[in-house]
Amino acid sequence: MKWIGKQGLVSGLALSALLLAGAASAKDDITIAMQLEPPHLDPTSAAAQAIDSVVYVNIFEGLTRFMGDGSIVPALAESWEISDDGTVYTFNLHDGVTFHDGTTMDAEDVKFSLDRARAEDSANAQKALFAGIDSVDVVDPQTVKVTLKEPDGNFLFNMAWGDAVIVAPESIENIKTAPVGTGPYTLGEWVQGDKIVLNRNPGYWGDQPALAQATFKFISDPTAAFAAVMAEDVDVFTGFPAPENLPQFEADPRFQVLVGSTEGETILSTNNKQPPFDNIKVRQAMAHAIDRQAIIDGAMFGYGTPIGSHFAPHNPAYVDLTGNSAFDPDKARALLAEAGFPDGFETTLHLPPPSYARRGGEIIAAQLAAVGIKAEITNVEWAQWLETVFKGKNFGLTIVSHTEPMDIGIYARPDYYFQYDNPAFQELMTTLNSTTDPDKRTELLQQAQRIISEDYVNGYLFQLAALSVAKAGVRGLWANAPTAATDLAAISWAE
Amino acid sequence: MLRYSLKRALSLVLSLAVASLVIFAVIEVAPGDPASFMLGVNAQEDTLAALRAELGLDVSKTERYFTWVAGMLQGDFGVSYTYRTPVSKMVADRMWVSLPLALYALALSTAIAFPAGIYAASRRGKAGDVAVMGATQLGVAVPNFWFAMMLVLVFAINLRWFNAGGFAGWDKGIWAGLHSLTLPAVALALPQAAILARVMRSALLDILGEDFMRTARAKGLTRRQALWRHGVRNALIPVLTIIGLQFSFLLAGSIIIEQVFYLPGLGRLVFQSISSRDLIVVESVVMLLVFAVIMVNFLVDLAYAAVDPRLRSRT
Repeated sequence: MKWIGKQGLVSGLALSALLLAGAASAKDDITIAMQLEPPHLDPTSAAAQAIDSVVYVNIFEGLTRFMGDGSIVPALAESWEISDDGTVYTFNLHDGVTFHDGTTMDAEDVKFSLDRARAEDSANAQKALFAGIDSVDVVDPQTVKVTLKEPDGNFLFNMAWGDAVIVAPESIENIKTAPVGTGPYTLGEWVQGDKIVLNRNPGYWGDQPALAQATFKFISDPTAAFAAVMAEDVDVFTGFPAPENLPQFEADPRFQVLVGSTEGETILSTNNKQPPFDNIKVRQAMAHAIDRQAIIDGAMFGYGTPIGSHFAPHNPAYVDLTGNSAFDPDKARALLAEAGFPDGFETTLHLPPPSYARRGGEIIAAQLAAVGIKAEITNVEWAQWLETVFKGKNFGLTIVSHTEPMDIGIYARPDYYFQYDNPAFQELMTTLNSTTDPDKRTELLQQAQRIISEDYVNGYLFQLAALSVAKAGVRGLWANAPTAATDLAAISWAE
Repeated sequence: MLRYSLKRALSLVLSLAVASLVIFAVIEVAPGDPASFMLGVNAQEDTLAALRAELGLDVSKTERYFTWVAGMLQGDFGVSYTYRTPVSKMVADRMWVSLPLALYALALSTAIAFPAGIYAASRRGKAGDVAVMGATQLGVAVPNFWFAMMLVLVFAINLRWFNAGGFAGWDKGIWAGLHSLTLPAVALALPQAAILARVMRSALLDILGEDFMRTARAKGLTRRQALWRHGVRNALIPVLTIIGLQFSFLLAGSIIIEQVFYLPGLGRLVFQSISSRDLIVVESVVMLLVFAVIMVNFLVDLAYAAVDPRLRSRT
C-alpha cells in the first residue's frame, strides 16, 4: 500500500501539472476501459490477450508489427533481406533504439529474446511460432541473422505477435510487474484490480505520440460497463461486452460506436473422432440444420459476419463458402436418415462463459433439436473447458471463437481437440509453410478453406465482431482487431 | 469471564482447522488446471510441465495442503499463480478498499436503523410505525445489486454527482476515497439497515412488555425516559448479534457490489481468482474471510458478556 501511495502521489502531482499545463491546449490523456485485467505484463509468457491489449506496441515492440488493417510492417527491424532459398533472414535494426531503462537495444537483445522464447524451459504460450528457427546469430550490433530449418512463408508474420517482442536480459527478472521495453509508452503505475497507467516515453526512437498519458481500467460486468461509458467515466471501451446497448450509444451524439472484425472464427466445434460425428454425413446434416443469421441476430444482436470455413472474411485470401452449408432443415433431416439416424441422436454441448457461446448455444441447441439432434447443454468455465474439452477431448459439441490470427493450420494437427485427421490437408499446410510467393500462398489458402468447408469439420458460424464505444472526439482507434492491441500512438483527440 | 473467553477461543481454533480442510477440499476438487489456463490452447506439454513445477503444482494434494497450512501459521499465504505477487500483499492492498467499505456501510446502516427502529417501537401501531415497517419491508425485499444499478442510473448517469464506479484511491485524499465509496456503501447499507431496524423494533417491543419496564414506569419515569434508560440498553443483545453477522456479510459478501462498481476490493479479487483458477489466492482469501467472520463472532460473544453480566458468571 505504501508503495502504491508514493507512486500514486507522484503520478497525482504529474497529472495535476499536466492538467495545469494542458489547460490551454488539447486534451492529451485518455481513459480506456476493457473487460479483463492482465494477470501480469509479460506478453512472452502467457496466453492472456489482456496483456497484449495493454503492452503490445505501447511498451513492447517486436522486429515486425501488426497495423490496424492487419498488415505486417517493420518495427524494430528497419529492413531485412531474405536469402534465395528462403531460410536465412537478415534483419537490419533501427539505430539509436533504447529500452526504457536507458540501455541500448541491439542485436544481442534480439538474439536473447528469440533464444529465450524457443529455449527448452521457455514459458512462451506460442512456442510453436519459434519452432522453425535453427539459429540466431549476431552479425554486428545493428544486424541479426535468423536461420530457419526450412523456408517459412509465415515467419515475418510470426515475428509480429506479442509473444515475439524484444526484451532485455537486464530487466527480464521483473518483467511481469515492471516491464521494460522499447515502445512509445512506459509503465507509470499498476494498481492491481483497478487500473494501469502508461506514460509517454520521451526517449522513444520513433515519432512522439499525441497522448501523454493513458489509463486502462478493467470493468468486467456488462451493466457496469454500460454505466461507466454513459457517465463518461471512461473515454473508450474496447471489446464492449453489451452489444444490446450499442444502438443507444449510436443514437447519442456524445459517443461513437466502432464495429470491426476480429480474428475470431466462432465455430460449433465437433469431436470428429466421436461417433456419430466421425460420419461426414452427420456433420453435413448439422451444418445445414444451423441458421447462422438467427444466431448472429439472437446471440450477438446482429453483430458478426457469417463464415463458411475457418478463415477471416477481411483477409484478402478469403473465399465465401457459406453456400456449402446453407440453412436447409429438410436436407439436414434427409442426410441424417442417409447416415442411419432417421430419428436423430443425443449428444453433449459444452458452453464456455462468453455470451457468444452461452446465448448462441441455446439457439443452436434449438435448431439442432428441430432436425432431431438433442444436444444436452453443459455450461463450463474456461478452466474446466480446457480440462475436459480441450485436453480431455471428452465432448460432442462445443462453441468457441478461435481468436488467433491465421490459425487454419490447427486443422493439420490430428491431436487438436476437434481431432480432424486428413493427410491431404496436412500436406497442403506443409506446402503452404514452405511457400513464400504471395499469389501461390493465396491459392493454397483458398484450397485449404475449401477442403475443411467441404469436409464439414466443424459448424462454421460467424466472425466475431470487434465492438468499441468511444467519446465522439477520439480519433485513431482501431476498428478491427487483427491482434489484441490498443495502439495508443495512433490515438488522439479531435481539436 | 476468563473461562468463558477460553472456551470461545478453543471453539474458534477448531472452527478454523475444519474450515481450512473444507476450503482446500472444495477448491481443489473443482476441475481446471491453473497452468493450462495461464498458457492457453497453444501451449506445449513441456511448457505446461515447467510452469506446474514452478508453481509447486507437481506435488501431491496432501503435501500441498500441509505446506499451505504451515505457511499460513507463519503468516505466509503463498504467492499468486497469475499475478506472482504474495497473497498477503494483495490482500493488504484490497483490504484498504473492502474494510472501509464494510465499515462505511455498517455505520450508515446503524445510523439509519437505530432511530428508525426506536421510533417505530415507540409509535407501535400508529402511522409512523406502519410507514417505517413498510419501508423496511421494501428494503429487505430489494436485492442490493439491483438497487446499486438504480443508484448508478440516478446519481452517476443522470445527476452526475458520483462516478459510476471505480475507486479514486486514498492517496487522492480521504474525501475522494469516501466519495467513490458512497454509492456502493449506500447500496450495501440500505437492505442491512432495513433488517436491523426491524430487529431493533421487535427487540424493543419485547422489552417494553417486561416487568422491569412496568416497574420503571411505576417509579415515575416517563415512557420516553424508561425507553431510553432501560429499553434500548436491554434490546442491544439481539441487535449486536445482527450487527456482527452483518459486518461479516458486508466484508465477505460484497463480491457482487464490487463487480457492479468495479472496486478493487477483496470480493473482486476472489471473483477474478476463481475464474482464472488462481487456487492459492482463492484458498487463502476465503480462509482469511472465514477467520474474520469467526473473529467477529468471537468479539460479539465477548461483547454480549460486556452488556449482559449474567453471561460473565455462566460457565
